[in-house]
Amino acid sequence: MSRRLWRGVTRNLVGFYAALALLYLFLPVFVVIVFSFNDNVGRFNFTWQGFTLDSWLNPCGVAGLCQAMIRSIQIAIVSTIVATALGTMVAFALVRHRFRGRAMTNLLIFLPMASPEVVLGSAMLALFLNVGVRTGFLTILLGHIMFNISYVVVTVKARLLGMDSRLEEAAMDLYADEWQTFRRVTLPLVTPGVVAAALLAFALSFDDFIITLFNSGNTTTFPLFVYGAAQRGIPPQINVMGTALFAVAFVVLLVGQVTRRFRRS
Amino acid sequence: MTQPLVAPAADTGADVAPPVRRRGRWIPYLLLLPGLLWLAIFFVLPMLTVASTSLQEGSLAQGYELTWRLANYTEAAQRYAAQFSRAFLFAAASTVLALVVSYPLAYFIAFKAGRWRNLLLLLVIAPFFTSFLIRTLAWKIILSDSGWVVGTFQTLGLLPEQGRLLATSVAVIAGLTYNFLPFMTLPLYASLEKIDRSLIEAATDLYASPFTAFWKVTWPLSLPGVVAGTLLTFIPAAGDFVNVRFLGTPSQSMIGNVIESRFLVVLDYPTAAALSFTLMLAILLLVGLYVRRAGTETIV
Amino acid sequence: MTTPQPTEDAELRLIGLTKRFGPVTAVDDLHLRVPSGAFIALLGPSGCGKTTTLRMVAGLEAPTAGQILLGDSDLTGLKPYRRPVNTVFQSYALFPHLDIYENVAFGLRRSGIKDVRAQVGQMLELVQLTGFERRRPSQVSGGQAQRVALARALINHPKMLLLDEPLGALDLKLRREMQLTLKRIQEEVRITFLHVTHDQEEAMTMADTIAVMSQGRIEQLGHPEQLYERPRTQFVANFLGQSNMLRATVDGRDGDLVTLRIADTTLVVPAEMLSHGMLTASGEVHVGVRPEKLDLAPVDDPVPQGRNALRGVVVDTSFMGTSTQYLVRTGWDQELTVFAQNRHTDVVAPGTRVRLTWRPEHAFVLDADTPTSAAAPQPAVAP
Ligand SMILES: Nc1ncnc2c1ncn2[C@@H]1O[C@H](COP(=O)(O)OP(=O)(O)O)[C@@H](O)[C@H]1O
Ligand SMILES: [Mg+2]
Repeated sequence: MSRRLWRGVTRNLVGFYAALALLYLFLPVFVVIVFSFNDNVGRFNFTWQGFTLDSWLNPCGVAGLCQAMIRSIQIAIVSTIVATALGTMVAFALVRHRFRGRAMTNLLIFLPMASPEVVLGSAMLALFLNVGVRTGFLTILLGHIMFNISYVVVTVKARLLGMDSRLEEAAMDLYADEWQTFRRVTLPLVTPGVVAAALLAFALSFDDFIITLFNSGNTTTFPLFVYGAAQRGIPPQINVMGTALFAVAFVVLLVGQVTRRFRRS
Repeated sequence: MTQPLVAPAADTGADVAPPVRRRGRWIPYLLLLPGLLWLAIFFVLPMLTVASTSLQEGSLAQGYELTWRLANYTEAAQRYAAQFSRAFLFAAASTVLALVVSYPLAYFIAFKAGRWRNLLLLLVIAPFFTSFLIRTLAWKIILSDSGWVVGTFQTLGLLPEQGRLLATSVAVIAGLTYNFLPFMTLPLYASLEKIDRSLIEAATDLYASPFTAFWKVTWPLSLPGVVAGTLLTFIPAAGDFVNVRFLGTPSQSMIGNVIESRFLVVLDYPTAAALSFTLMLAILLLVGLYVRRAGTETIV
Repeated sequence: MTTPQPTEDAELRLIGLTKRFGPVTAVDDLHLRVPSGAFIALLGPSGCGKTTTLRMVAGLEAPTAGQILLGDSDLTGLKPYRRPVNTVFQSYALFPHLDIYENVAFGLRRSGIKDVRAQVGQMLELVQLTGFERRRPSQVSGGQAQRVALARALINHPKMLLLDEPLGALDLKLRREMQLTLKRIQEEVRITFLHVTHDQEEAMTMADTIAVMSQGRIEQLGHPEQLYERPRTQFVANFLGQSNMLRATVDGRDGDLVTLRIADTTLVVPAEMLSHGMLTASGEVHVGVRPEKLDLAPVDDPVPQGRNALRGVVVDTSFMGTSTQYLVRTGWDQELTVFAQNRHTDVVAPGTRVRLTWRPEHAFVLDADTPTSAAAPQPAVAP
């Protein structure tokens, strides 16, 4: 009896706490959404002045904002593709092959994730300064691919490790040659991991600020635009973008989850 | 003739040994090459450059030259000791806070949420797609002097009449805590979710008190998640400079702010490089010690 | 598929097959011959090299030395997908991303066969899984998954089917059921089955030939009764059922019988049971008697004509339902196990002096020099 009571109390207590935590997580989101409808007059969109749809109807109305957005998307797409390809290959080598230098490889994958972004960004800048490379779109891309590789390796590796290697043996036993085994068994099974890795890489690249700041030259990505705006003046359009990003991400994640559940049943 | 069986323990043998590939020994190297080359050029080489830059001497006008000037380190350390310690202090505080916020949340999702589990996970991740800078700016609004948070705190007497939150260490730590929260929640959830329910039930059966069961079973088994989560939160927090920029003032500045301004504003490359390299080493050292300690504790 | 195939020669021959993993010799110069269409069980304790042997036949492991021949062809160096054999894996290894239908069709599709519907349908019918086509492996029970794995392998008409502890993951009742199903299917399709198991009961129920394996070698090959009645090594005698081993000295020959002596007791065994070496060496031999072959009688009862007899004292009695297990201590302080059917006789109390008798042809004789390998687990319970 007392145990059941305790369990009831803890369930509700933990549930209550979890609800509070979720509220806390969403507090800034509400603010971002609300202030995207603010009828702002001053430079800074910090106080509520009235409702308007102006910013939503005119999201590119601020000079440079949409260009920065497009540039960020371009960088994220390219860096995701390259990093996913390179990282997946490394993950395969680590899980499915024996070779010398495994420990070194693991260290090389781990270190970029264990380094703060200021260190990574400033170090790349130091290199570019020394070699005389002009920083810009390309250097941002190089940096994003660099830090994304590690995240891709870790994500795909986890998926591969969770995969029974006997499935591949079974395929070979059932007359599938090496290529068919890869194509019909390995690839379909590892795809969810690769997709997850790609989504993560995209999100990390799109939202990266610190490494980008160091290596951007005159190029402005979306986070850099927000940073600049934070000093010059924040138009509500930035909140419109923030809200849109949230909505898109939410829908993408939701659809992903629903399809996965749908496929399972 | 039926002899009842002896049922020996499950025959596991070495059935799942990884396949040895005799042919094509070069395949793994081919797979590794592009990725590792990339990391060598854009991670290792930059780190070596930073190391070399940190030992240079000179000025922006005349150019810098490698003179193996170790004094760059001692000078930087002396001059920015406060920012260093603040960075580690703030990062530690926000890591602990993130753990306190995340653990019950992850626990609830893993054990109590039932079929709402995936939706809740989604809700935990989704806010972090509004963009790092935008949500930090949102905290600036929330914590502003005229905002309802300050007002409530003042009414409750938690804050003096003229007291403020924005531009204080509290705001910076709050921002750091919030911004890196998913890096804490997700690893925690992952390790909690793996725990075999029957272990906890068995413990509840043996120890009677659910609290003891938590303390003796759930918590130790979730330690890998705790270690991963704290590292993933601490490392970016210790190097951050955005939260101070948006929510604090120069008097809260962390080592990230110094590196950023030395590199991008003052163009004092040797000092910036020395600071960068020191920060990297300090973090690696801390991580190493922490992982070793946590590792042994998890085993015991 | 379900009609017996013309007896195409698919005799499997393993010649000097050896596999070393670093310092471990998993399979040690193994020789084995499996006739076409046989149901052979590879029986042995865990770690004796059964899986490794099977994997070498399947092509999933390369032998360190030796040859694998199937019919006229040498399989030794061939890739798994070039061998006309299929495997039912220990944990089934069903493809989780494909439904049951596609799992079963996998091999046919890889061999370039386009129209697989009729065959898959027939195969699912054979394993009684019609209607499960669109389920995923995660949505079927253990027994059903087992049958999918079987169908997936059989549909390819392999010359030989390899089964690695296929029933190990099933509970006892289901395992019994599947044993009979497997046997029925084998009789129907007439493909050679090489069935790996560590369960002697399973091996005896299903196989027409058992190869007992120990430490990477075949100890003895034969029909189940043959192995049980005439084990050739201590290992086999103890791995298959339980045996009482009596150490005796050869005393002399009397026609078709050989006289043996243990302490002050004289026994006889048919001379044919002793090899020539044992007779001439006039040394020591081991006489084995299965517990159910021993008859327990009051000590003063007359010994029936032609039976061996020895005296002892009951030291322990365990009632086991259909039978009673007695431990009887002999004059030379050896404890023998006796299983007595519970018919009308009362249970004999410990302390009672008794006489054990058995027919000479119910014993078996082993060379005393063979090591008394006690590696075989003793059955915990007896009928
Ligand atoms: N890939 C491997 N690497 C090293 N040792 C192995 C490997 N596979 C099997 N062994 C060893 O070989 C021996 C036989 O194993 P196995 O064939 O799995 O036995 P069984 O199937 O009879 O239980 C065991 O001692 C096992 O540890
Ligand atoms: Mg085995």
